[in-house]
Amino acid sequence: MEAKAPVAGASATEKGILAMAGSSFTQHWQGTSVKQLAKGLGCFSVALGCAEIFAPDWLAEVVGIRSRPLLIGALGLRELTSGLGILGQDRPTGWMWSRVVGDAIDLALLEAAREERDSDGDRVVGALAAVAGVTVIDLLCALLLRRETPEDTAHVVQTITIGRSPEELFNFWRDFENLPQVMRNLESVRQIDDRRSHWVARGPGGRTLQWEAKITDERPNEYISWRSRSGAFPHSGTVRFVPAPGERGTIVRVELDYEPPGGSLGRTVARLFGQAPEQKIQLDLYRMKQILETGVVMTTEGQPAGRSSSTSSVYDWGTTRG
Amino acid sequence: MKANCWYGAEDIRVEEVPEPKILNPRDAIVKVTATAICGSDLHIYDGYIPGMEKGDILGHEFMGEIVEVGDEVKNLKPGDRVVVPFTIACGSCFFCQRELFSCCENSNPNAALAEELWGQSPSGLFGYSHLLGGFAGGQAEYARVPFADVGPIKVDGDLTDEQVLFLSDIFPTGYMAAENCNIQAGDTIAVWGCGPVGQFSIRSAYLLGAERVIAIDRFPERLQLAREKGKAETINYEEADVFDTLKEMTGGRGPDACIDAVGMEAHSHGFVGMYDKVKQVMMSETGRPIALRQAIMSCRKGGTVSVPGVYGGLLDKIPFGAIVNKALTLRSGQTHMQRYLRPLLERIQKGEIDPSYIITHRLPLEEAARGYKIFRDKEEDCIKVVLKPGMKSNGATTPAN
Repeated sequence: MEAKAPVAGASATEKGILAMAGSSFTQHWQGTSVKQLAKGLGCFSVALGCAEIFAPDWLAEVVGIRSRPLLIGALGLRELTSGLGILGQDRPTGWMWSRVVGDAIDLALLEAAREERDSDGDRVVGALAAVAGVTVIDLLCALLLRRETPEDTAHVVQTITIGRSPEELFNFWRDFENLPQVMRNLESVRQIDDRRSHWVARGPGGRTLQWEAKITDERPNEYISWRSRSGAFPHSGTVRFVPAPGERGTIVRVELDYEPPGGSLGRTVARLFGQAPEQKIQLDLYRMKQILETGVVMTTEGQPAGRSSSTSSVYDWGTTRG
Repeated sequence: MKANCWYGAEDIRVEEVPEPKILNPRDAIVKVTATAICGSDLHIYDGYIPGMEKGDILGHEFMGEIVEVGDEVKNLKPGDRVVVPFTIACGSCFFCQRELFSCCENSNPNAALAEELWGQSPSGLFGYSHLLGGFAGGQAEYARVPFADVGPIKVDGDLTDEQVLFLSDIFPTGYMAAENCNIQAGDTIAVWGCGPVGQFSIRSAYLLGAERVIAIDRFPERLQLAREKGKAETINYEEADVFDTLKEMTGGRGPDACIDAVGMEAHSHGFVGMYDKVKQVMMSETGRPIALRQAIMSCRKGGTVSVPGVYGGLLDKIPFGAIVNKALTLRSGQTHMQRYLRPLLERIQKGEIDPSYIITHRLPLEEAARGYKIFRDKEEDCIKVVLKPGMKSNGATTPAN
């Protein structure tokens, strides 16, 4: 699945700003060059921060305001933190936003200082113009970084070794109607014709998700590729069956590309609760191994315990209940 | 039915719970006739095992009578008397085929949790936390046994429950600890801890051809048992420095192999004991590896350190330099139970060993909480507690044989 159009999560305002900046400009600042711009701004932050901390009097004179070493030093510390944060990350979107916020504070403080008796009005106006210019660059850089973030699709890979032949495993998987036995989230799979199938699954919050999938490519006993064609859970996937070295069964490798609901944040939350597709696939593969090697899916649901539920919700819901 | 349930550190209660059912066609239900408290149960009792939940049924050493079998269990039938090994193993995966039963890939339904902690998951165990499957344990009137066609061993003949019960864990565990020492003629084996596993390590070391066994503990009754029934020489570590004494006893060379049958809650005096206690309480290490450090330091060059004692997570100040520079071999593992059941039952049948000699207390199941307490605190010279469902309580402890 190719990456979708970017800025899926951007607000209308952000889109407006990017449009105002001009498409040629934004196209120019792509990929590594955005990161280089960010690094440059990071260096600028570090330099300015050092000047504010170590030479507050000199800086105050340049800007045309009365020297306040403590306040200017504090601003310097903030500047230094942002700068080091930017330099320390490959894609410092968050730290770039911290620069934008810092710019706003500086603008507000300079505006307040312009009215003071002992300020040099012309110099302060010059400083205001300079900070405003930097603010625009910071804002653009932050937006471009965000736009570059590949949060629209997730690529996951899971593998397992099962003590059965590639042929047995291919046949088990190819008969998609077998899969609800081991994939806890699936309620049913119905074969529509040789290549198309209808899938019903339980989604977050008990919602029912349905989609139609179509086999896009396959080679018997080697691999199956498919793609969802309509419905919930847009995704594509491939499962491969490779003989393990030394006749130790077969390595099953599942690759899945999907659009995480709620973007990268949604994906992180799902992971925390053991509900991300990669975690579910791993457990599904364990169950597939169990049923193919032992004939049963191991469970503790329904066993006695000195509490109201037979299994323990805290430890089992993400694992045995899929 | 009645079952001994865990509700928190030092809070265990025998409660009325539903009877177990067949959940898989390879399950069997056992009516428990005897079950024991294991030293490793004390780690749960003391609250050191993660992944426990209120209401979990404890116990992994049990035996009894088959009352029901699933459709796929062909080798057992109701009425059979069986001992159940504490590791649950499928018998058909990569590891089971290599007789590494405690590494079974198919028996822990919560494998993903164990992988977070250890990289890979071991097999499921009875009554030993949700990291190891969350299986209801055997300190109950009935227990469900998964993969019953692979695990339980049928015991015919006139051997008593007490003679065969310890096939469920501690006899094979002590035996594997000794087997891991790769004992050669003339070898001297040192065993830290004279609890039940230590006692069986001592006996097994001799069964496997050791020349001398030196046992280390501080409780006189345990050292006495090691001397009288185990024919071991003993060191009381409260009276003598272990390293120096071992060195002196072995002509300056050190024992050929060292067994740590103590594990994560080792006891020690002075600064080192205090240091580990503080670290464990602050959760900056999950065990107090005092016996393990001594075993590594004492072992002769090129020797083996065998660890049947239970450790759960991270340890501090392990002298790994000694392992490297003395060319030591380190061996451990949960016991590959199914490998040892048949040969060790045969040794019992032949009269080479009667494992019941370590039992000091026989209690009704209802008195499990008292059993845990006296076992943990070594009250009443307690070495091993056997719980018997249905046994009449007389308010007093049954005296040792």
